[in-house]
Amino acid sequence: MNPQAPAYELIEDAPHALRLTLSGDWVQAQAIPDFPALRSELLALSPEQLAVDGSSLGEWDSLLMAFLLQCHSFCSAEQIPFAAHNLPGSANRLLEVATAVPSHQRPQEVRPPLLERLNPLVALRSLWADLRESVAFLGDLGIGLARLVSGRANTRFSDFRHFCYQAGPDAFAIISLTSILVGMILAYLGAVQLKLFGAEIYVADLVLIGMLREMGVLMTAVVMAGRTGAAYAAQLGTMQTNEEIDAITTMGVSPVEFLVLPRVLALLVMLPLLTIYADLLGVIGGAIVAGGMGITMLQYSAQIQDAISLTHFMVGLSKSLVFAVLIAVAGCRSGMQSGRGSAAVGNAATDAVVTAIVYLIVADAAMNIFYQQLGI
Amino acid sequence: MSEQPHISIRGVTMAYGPRLIQRDLSFDVNRGDIFVIMGGSGCGKSTLLKHMLGLIQPAAGDILYNGKSFTRADPASRDAMRRGWGITYQSGGLFSSMTVGENVTLPMQLYTRYSEAEIRDVVNYKLALVGLAGYQSYYPSEISGGMRKRAALARAIALDPDILFFDEPSAGLDPISSSLLDELIVQLKESIGATVVMVTHELPSIFSIANNSVYLDANSKTMIAYGNPRELRDHSDQPVVRQFLAREASAAAENAQ
Repeated sequence: MNPQAPAYELIEDAPHALRLTLSGDWVQAQAIPDFPALRSELLALSPEQLAVDGSSLGEWDSLLMAFLLQCHSFCSAEQIPFAAHNLPGSANRLLEVATAVPSHQRPQEVRPPLLERLNPLVALRSLWADLRESVAFLGDLGIGLARLVSGRANTRFSDFRHFCYQAGPDAFAIISLTSILVGMILAYLGAVQLKLFGAEIYVADLVLIGMLREMGVLMTAVVMAGRTGAAYAAQLGTMQTNEEIDAITTMGVSPVEFLVLPRVLALLVMLPLLTIYADLLGVIGGAIVAGGMGITMLQYSAQIQDAISLTHFMVGLSKSLVFAVLIAVAGCRSGMQSGRGSAAVGNAATDAVVTAIVYLIVADAAMNIFYQQLGI
Repeated sequence: MSEQPHISIRGVTMAYGPRLIQRDLSFDVNRGDIFVIMGGSGCGKSTLLKHMLGLIQPAAGDILYNGKSFTRADPASRDAMRRGWGITYQSGGLFSSMTVGENVTLPMQLYTRYSEAEIRDVVNYKLALVGLAGYQSYYPSEISGGMRKRAALARAIALDPDILFFDEPSAGLDPISSSLLDELIVQLKESIGATVVMVTHELPSIFSIANNSVYLDANSKTMIAYGNPRELRDHSDQPVVRQFLAREASAAAENAQ
């Protein structure tokens, strides 16, 4: 049995009363007639009633139904009486079900005019709103912290310990790898330049000061922003999706105290510790390169002992405290303000990492200028 | 009966590792049935559905579709069998990053040779069938729970399936929406001639639409009743089943003590 090409024919039974006969197999892989073609014919003939006749119809599937539905919608839009005869029983029923509910019109969204969208003031205002939200979030965090200090906050120690474990020991492997490599990179960077002056031994100073003041803390913070900051945003975003945050709020517990504080505090404790660890491994990484340049371990360690000072160490440590707060706040804020649904949680995580890294670099530059002015 | 059952469950035992969920389940679902899997909470209704869908492998036994083993089929023929199914999950399972229209479009793009314009027309038609015409550009988060269920149904019927699976279709819906959904399921089933398998414990929907059912018991960990739920309510030899269907909570509580 060869499939027959689907077709339709418009027959004028009486003046302005049209009959639409359908024939052939209206199934997939056949050239189904276009409704727009029929539509223009109908518009040209401007009928007063339309009857569909399906008596010579062969096989059919959803494509026929889609065509019939379009005919029906066209007729109801043009207020032409529509009737269907000799359609297969189930097709008739399906058409009834499909036309039972009138089509919904999506309300037009009012888009602001182009001029307004390009207006720098609008962009500035949204930036201002964003900034205010951040400040408000920090304020909430401050209130939570004050309540924690006075012992009235609903923050659980077990949560804090759990997040400490996640942010600290779990990150050892990746921090070890990155900081040894950063130490080596610093040493190579200095080696080439210092060799010109015959001052290779100062590689030790370069690595030590570079790691302690700058690279140790910055690299650790960037890794943690990608690792822990994104995790915070995803956790809180998923909780928002599951209405867990609503549940916490309606239990009379502040989500900031219950969810955000333990995360922020955990990172605040763990990031300085990780930074110290990264500093140590960075110096070891530098030693490996120095050894390759012909500097003995003894020379290197003596030079390190000469160069080390509490000031450099404290500069790095102070930065790590600031960075920890920035990463945790960026992550938690994105998570708390996340929309609902899988796409929104993804956006929140991306947002958390991007914001955190921008914050980190800006804060690092600001603190460097500050310390420079103070002469530290 | 000469006709082959559409779905046959043969001696299926379900277990998560050493924890037994249900054992020795054997029943048939005939072509054109509206089949309900019933049972108290935690008896393994949804687990059974997941076994039937092939998301979990049975610990023992076989599941046959049209007489062909699904459990022992290779992945390619499993996928081919699954193509004739439409499934709606408990919470809809709509992709939240896609609009309602895109959700319904996806299976057609993957498995049919429709042209772009045909897909658009058929999507409009499928959404009209579930009463959501005009909602193509909405995201699942922008419509109500009942509409999400219906949108999931539109996606399930996108490929004109032979079997429709529902996991708690009316959970979380108000009585009116849930009875409208039941009515829609019956209408669609009659027009496209599909077999419907659903997990539910909504008594009104069980009595109004189901014509065959199985009752899974949590205590004895096997099926204790099979047949038309209306008859089971009146004539089952198992008191638990009669209580479940007649909603005698106090008697059930007495029984448990």
